[in-house]
Amino acid sequence: MGDILSKYDVLGAFGMTIYLAFFAAIGSLVLGTVVAIMRVSPVKVLQILGAWYVNIIRNIPLTLIMVFSILGALYILGISLADRQSPTFIVDNGVRWAIVALSIYHAAFVCEALRSGVNTVPLGQAEAARSIGLTFGQSLRHVILPQAFRGSIAPLGSTLIALIKNTTVAAVIGVGEAAGLMSKVIENETGSIQVFLVFALGFVILTLPVGMLFTTLSRRLAVKR
Amino acid sequence: MRLFRVSAAAALAVIALGLAACADDSSDGGSGGSAFKVGIKFDQPGLGLKEGSKYTGFDVDVAKYVAKELGHNEGDIQWVQAPSAQRETLLQSGQVDMIAATYSITDERKAKVSFAGPYFVAGQDLLVKADETEITGPEALTGKRLCSVTGSTSAQKVKDKYPGVQLQEFGTYSECVSALTSGGVDALTTDNTILAGYAAQDQYKGKLKVVGKTFSEERYGIGIKKGDTATCEKINTAIQKMIDDGSWQKAVDANLGPAGFKPDAAVNPPKPAPCT
Repeated sequence: MGDILSKYDVLGAFGMTIYLAFFAAIGSLVLGTVVAIMRVSPVKVLQILGAWYVNIIRNIPLTLIMVFSILGALYILGISLADRQSPTFIVDNGVRWAIVALSIYHAAFVCEALRSGVNTVPLGQAEAARSIGLTFGQSLRHVILPQAFRGSIAPLGSTLIALIKNTTVAAVIGVGEAAGLMSKVIENETGSIQVFLVFALGFVILTLPVGMLFTTLSRRLAVKR
Repeated sequence: MRLFRVSAAAALAVIALGLAACADDSSDGGSGGSAFKVGIKFDQPGLGLKEGSKYTGFDVDVAKYVAKELGHNEGDIQWVQAPSAQRETLLQSGQVDMIAATYSITDERKAKVSFAGPYFVAGQDLLVKADETEITGPEALTGKRLCSVTGSTSAQKVKDKYPGVQLQEFGTYSECVSALTSGGVDALTTDNTILAGYAAQDQYKGKLKVVGKTFSEERYGIGIKKGDTATCEKINTAIQKMIDDGSWQKAVDANLGPAGFKPDAAVNPPKPAPCT
């Protein structure tokens, strides 16, 4: 176990895992909130668009989105997220597209988590907000969303844990995170229980505190009714 | 309550029977019967490829020849998929009797399994589009985009030896071939045998070529259980016989030849190393 840690940059690889998870968490939270607002909005077209987004993205395997981002979007459609002349063109594109793919994918789950939070807010509050003259946007911002976020902390936490573990899929487009390093170690040292234990332990160390934090948060921030 | 007890007992009995049945199955499979289980790649054109119920490729032909020399009928061979990461485990747990799956002989692997052979000496090479003129070898790669499989030895070697090269890594070589044909990357690198297999595929015929300047040596061996010297000797004799009677050359030509690939004559055909 020790020689794997000393011979390979395990910490660096998990650093990349955290980097991917951090930015993808922000991206998916923003995108997911927008989609959730579309789904609860009074405009029919937006509702339909939001529902389509969730149903399509949620049902496509992440690996497929990931591979498409490089093979389809970058190499065939030519949508580059890095400077073409840059000496790190491929690495930068891999990392950035991985964050985009993770954000797009998990936004669907964030949206559903938030929508479940919206459903915890009694309908009467929304009606009361509208009846005192708040617009849809104002009632969302001041009345519904603050309570919805607090009500959906637990499912959002599960989504974040899933996101952290799903960063391993980025290995299929060559991003140097934990799973990418693991395939390198297996190639050089042959697969053994130790190798799996090191990487499994790494993920447990990352996700366990997240899970505990979100459990505490959901208890402390829950809206008492 | 009584009914509950009876049904609970019945359920338990069913579970116990089910477990017993499982145990029976696995012990049957383990002891083997007359089947000779050979691990090969299922997804490597020209080397080990599963097409429907047919298996083709150079590794498959070598395995068939060796199995015949070991006294097994071709009908008794049971092909088992042996992905790179699982090869040692398959041999150690006895799920396969031998493995011929582009299995390079290395010291790390020798600590866990034994090797017969080598039966072929491959080398890392480059696959480019047929009209490519700039890339003539690894030293002409600076500033180019190269593709290989995540974490593979070939990918690591490029990163260490040619830092001026940008490396795209994918999960499989097929994705690299797609990126190469769409112009996303300039070349694909791994063992020349694997490259020749892709270049020889019908959909890429005439579109891709192997550069033909190897910059590493991969000695493909046949993996067997650690310490089984007797089997190792027999397999070595079989490989030598295959080379001597011309079947080896025939297998190379049939599987890797269509794309104009010629194995490096300086090291091929190899002389099997003594068993340890």
